[in-house]
Amino acid sequence: MLAHSLFFYFFSTIAVFASIMVTVSRNTVYSVFFLILVFISIAILFIMIGAEFLGMIMLIVYVGAVAVLFLFVVMMLNITEQLTKRSSRKGLVNNISVGSIVGVIIFLELLVVVGGWKYKGTFVPLSAVNLDLDISNTHALGNVLYTDYIHLFQISGMILLVAMIGAITLTFSKRENIKRQSYFDQIQREKDSAVSLVEVESGKGVKLDD
Amino acid sequence: MIEIGLGHYLTLAAIIFTIGIIGIFLNRKNVIIILMSIELILLAVNINLVSFSVYLQNLVGQVFAMFILTVAAAESAVGLAIIVIYYKNKGSINVEHISSLKG
Repeated sequence: MLAHSLFFYFFSTIAVFASIMVTVSRNTVYSVFFLILVFISIAILFIMIGAEFLGMIMLIVYVGAVAVLFLFVVMMLNITEQLTKRSSRKGLVNNISVGSIVGVIIFLELLVVVGGWKYKGTFVPLSAVNLDLDISNTHALGNVLYTDYIHLFQISGMILLVAMIGAITLTFSKRENIKRQSYFDQIQREKDSAVSLVEVESGKGVKLDD
Repeated sequence: MIEIGLGHYLTLAAIIFTIGIIGIFLNRKNVIIILMSIELILLAVNINLVSFSVYLQNLVGQVFAMFILTVAAAESAVGLAIIVIYYKNKGSINVEHISSLKG
């Protein structure tokens, strides 16, 4: 139990520190790296609390895909140059005041919700959480996901498909001066328009018309 | 203090959520950090769902956390695509300039 609390405080401190650094870091590449650090520490917390499948999925999806996507975009766009070029301090200070007021209010509201809410009787302390060791977390999650929530699962697949198509069509640009394959023309070619039979007399060549 | 309960996880999620919201307000330089703040907010929601699911011993919370993960991935992909095409057109992704998008 002591180890659990030590791990919790260690990784949650890292997560909070890194998420602060995500927002205040001047270099965007650094904030992407701090975002990766947040994801890793939260994934470790998930694994520790017993949701190991979700923790691993978070490592794969967030660290492996989303953060790398962010990193690619940050490196493709030349942002650091602009940051040094223009720094509007006046607007920044104004935003900090408004933002911190809103943030503090939301944080207090969340604390009121967490503190003032009577826990249901069915909550169990973590030492009494019934970790069924015969069936792994992945197995149990699959039992729920592929039976009760199969429609939502497939709809989330459709969401990913639509997002993929949207991202491709947004960034797709037709370039000039490039020879492209025309699939429809290739498929629709008939024998008549492509092949002609020529009677060749012996001793003479064939004159090809251009 | 030693016994880590549900409240600890909820407080952690609240702190990360607040940092995400402050990050949206605080950052007027580029949109990418705003997108990252949105990712932080979704992460906080995920922490809430997973901790409730563990402490209630109900797996549905983890299923919904997975759906949130899916939506977050889709959202960041489309958002980054929009940012790339905007940068290609305008040459900057400054948030103050994006106000010219309104019709």
